[in-house]
Amino acid sequence: MPEPVGATSAPLIEAKALTKRFGDLVAVDGIDFTVDRGEVFGFLGPNGAGKTTAMRMIACVSPITDGELRVLGMSPRTDGPAIRARLGVVPQEDNLDTELTVWDNLVIYGRYFGLPMAQIRDRATELLHFARLDDRRTSRVDPLSGGMKRRLIIARSLINRPELVLLDEPTTGLDPQARHLLWERLYRLKREGVTLVLTTHYMDEAEQLCDRLVIMDRGRIVAGGSPRQLIDRYCTREVVELRFELPEQQDAALAPLAAFGDRVEPLGDRVLLYTSHGDEALARVTGDGIRPESVLVRRASLEDVFLTLTGRTLDE
Amino acid sequence: MSDAAPATSRSPFDTLAAAVPMLRVAEREARLWRRFWRSSALTLVLMPLMFLGAMGLGLGGLVDENTGSVGGVDYLAFVAPGILAASAMQGAAGQSLWPVMGGMKWIRTFHGAAATPLRPGDVFGGWILWIGAREAMNATIFVAVATLLGAVPSPWGVLAVPAAALTGLAFAAPLSAYSAVQDSDLGFPVIMRVGIVPLFLFSGTFFPVAQLPAWLQPVAWVSPLWHGVELCRGATTGSLTLASVGHVAYLGACIAVGCWFGVRNFASRLAP
Repeated sequence: MPEPVGATSAPLIEAKALTKRFGDLVAVDGIDFTVDRGEVFGFLGPNGAGKTTAMRMIACVSPITDGELRVLGMSPRTDGPAIRARLGVVPQEDNLDTELTVWDNLVIYGRYFGLPMAQIRDRATELLHFARLDDRRTSRVDPLSGGMKRRLIIARSLINRPELVLLDEPTTGLDPQARHLLWERLYRLKREGVTLVLTTHYMDEAEQLCDRLVIMDRGRIVAGGSPRQLIDRYCTREVVELRFELPEQQDAALAPLAAFGDRVEPLGDRVLLYTSHGDEALARVTGDGIRPESVLVRRASLEDVFLTLTGRTLDE
Repeated sequence: MSDAAPATSRSPFDTLAAAVPMLRVAEREARLWRRFWRSSALTLVLMPLMFLGAMGLGLGGLVDENTGSVGGVDYLAFVAPGILAASAMQGAAGQSLWPVMGGMKWIRTFHGAAATPLRPGDVFGGWILWIGAREAMNATIFVAVATLLGAVPSPWGVLAVPAAALTGLAFAAPLSAYSAVQDSDLGFPVIMRVGIVPLFLFSGTFFPVAQLPAWLQPVAWVSPLWHGVELCRGATTGSLTLASVGHVAYLGACIAVGCWFGVRNFASRLAP
């Protein structure tokens, strides 16, 4: 990816007190963040947290209500078309042109960017290969699988050789195999120096892909850092998950459990016991005569960070 | 683009499209049309020609036997420009209802376009531009065939092509603006039945507006189709007058108002 002359360590995206209101509804409530060249940056949060709205402001398809935003050194207020010319956008809802073939989807999109035909043909051939859709060139879009459609949208978003690609929930609704193929393609983009910004409500996706991320809840950023940093800062190293046969048994166990870990988090169907040494804690729990129906000792994840910060799970 | 190789050639269209972004949107429609023009030609060109045959030649024979002429010309020459303008209206209206909802809500292709350097106004403009171009193509075929049938007595008839395109646009712009902000297509059949069909019948298309009851005549004058029919008729019968300028102005005003709302409404949906 060619770097513009004079490109330094200036952030690609810089937001200060960025706010979006729709009437009385505050979708994004004064958030600050920066995205640096070459990194994978994530917005993690449940549905309705304001991730998509934040992305749409960055993509210059939603005017900002308040605060400051600079993308690629320009202002979305005045330089929308110039910014969009250098962005790739993968929207949450598929908007592929179902009346056209796979190939024509790429060609028409290239034309929207004002690219000459010869250049589009070269790039489209390359991108079909990148998306592993070489043999679907003349196929219509409708019969493609969900994973193929997603890959085609990603290929389409690269037709203008963007420096910055925005991906809104890139793998939502895909089966695990399709997700892993998509992640692998995104890694490759990252290796090529493309800056990626993505939203997700999957904590494993955020952990896998993001160098740095912010956790959003109700329009605000509640925490930010690398996945590791966030876990270290807000969680213990390990978590013991205990499931009980009856709700009454779970309720009765809460008070005694508090003695065996740093923190106890009761959920609807299980209890989480935060501790630095899971197996040790579990041995002491069972030694105390507490008999859960099943147990699981695991490393703490971003899901736990979110739970700690908001008191809710990501899919609530 | 920083990496645009000097070796890649730019066609004259590329240069034009770089200057006028809405042409890129029209190009998408043109490419699609190139694939499906046969089936659309069947309905959009054959239908008006069948009307021309039935009304102009069939019914016209009866009319001419009884009245001699309608508005100074035989019935075939009278009705041909009416059918031309009415077809432009129908074609443009059809393109401005469901397909606009498709681009906005169902397939969301307009949103895809709005994520590129194109602005919402470009997306709207390109869409309208294409409808105008398509109606001009259909009108060209119609006028050519009508001329062969002897339905176009004046060489000024070539001006009926832009006149028909203008008529189509006078409907395409406001209707596309309306469709862009609808949440469902429930109102569309109503527009066709209560709006388009009555206009089709009572805008001086098949008989002079003077035949209408006196109280209905002012209604016809408000109809953009009446102005379109009068304009097309002025061209094909070689009777363009100062009033024709008024018709152009009226159609132009409908287009201007439609475009103002169109740009606004497309922006409110594509960049809220």
